[in-house]
Amino acid sequence: MSEIIRYEKQGDRCDIFVSGEIDLSNSGEVRKTVLGALNGASVVTVNLANVSYIDSSGIAALVEGLQLATSKNKEFTLNQPSKQVKSILELARLDQVFTIV
Amino acid sequence: MHSNPEIVIDVKNLITHYGQRKILDDMDFSVRAGEIRVVMGGSGSGKSTLLWHILGLYQPTSGNVEVLGQNIHTISFNEQLALKQNIGVSFQSGALFSSMNVGENVALPLREFTNLDENTIRIISRMKLEVVNLGGFHKLMPSQLSGGMIKRAALARAIVMDPKLLFFDEPSAGLDPVVASEIDDLILSLRNTMGMSMVVVTHELDSAFKIADRITVLDQGKNLFTGTVDEIKACKIKRVNDLLERRSRHETVTSEEYLRRLTQENYTLS
Repeated sequence: MSEIIRYEKQGDRCDIFVSGEIDLSNSGEVRKTVLGALNGASVVTVNLANVSYIDSSGIAALVEGLQLATSKNKEFTLNQPSKQVKSILELARLDQVFTIV
Repeated sequence: MHSNPEIVIDVKNLITHYGQRKILDDMDFSVRAGEIRVVMGGSGSGKSTLLWHILGLYQPTSGNVEVLGQNIHTISFNEQLALKQNIGVSFQSGALFSSMNVGENVALPLREFTNLDENTIRIISRMKLEVVNLGGFHKLMPSQLSGGMIKRAALARAIVMDPKLLFFDEPSAGLDPVVASEIDDLILSLRNTMGMSMVVVTHELDSAFKIADRITVLDQGKNLFTGTVDEIKACKIKRVNDLLERRSRHETVTSEEYLRRLTQENYTLS
């Protein structure tokens, strides 16, 4: 697994930790991890506290996670988004769509 | 690479001609990373020509243009292609493809330049339409949009690749004051959230004063003055004051020169 993504599985829950810069070069990996986690666990969290930059493809990966979670009736939350992530979520008004804790 | 990574555009001693007529006359122009630079100047002052040369669309007579640390005239075709993916341009007219709907127009750069999944492309392009306040309009054709909507759709397409550098030609021309002010706010939040550097060509003083970190005034192909909003308001140069106070140009021409202009067969402006 790459340095930017790690996850911890505990029973029915999967906590994903993303860090560093998320852009076109690695957002596919974030997408794969998030969608993969949702195929197993019924509660998935993505911790974004250590993300210094996220581009639109990274945000789209999170939206796809939410899309899959909603269709499967699973719980999907974003945890502690960094200031940069938060401002981008707000710019597209996605802070109203995600559960952010 | 450029010696100073904080400079995203560095134009030095740029001289350009259209035919015999000199358009840019030893132009120097540099923009820092994360800066919003407004370019002002009367018609024919060289604003658009400068923009086209920064984008590498024309060959200058002489001079140097570096964009994001690369000399646009010496880099290879592939390097130029990679560079252009970091640059967004929102044209005055919008320049949307009339045969594609709004969503397809916005998604086009992602389809051309990335290998992203179709679902991801759809989400990104609709997200950008949300950002410019056109959420839900992706199915409309450009012919069904108002002037303000076309400008916003063009902006959505210009930022769809998250460019480092955004060029914006006349963002508020022809828009009502509320929409124009919304676009100004959007320009500011794009810089603040994404850290984009921007060059905005505008004639709207209110808009320029609201968004600019620095303003460059061009006159007769030269960089007449560059400074902050406060500096430009305090500037004593007559042409700058004329522009700020919307005074017409008082061109002085000798009677001999005027007669030559009317009568000489091969007369051109120098």
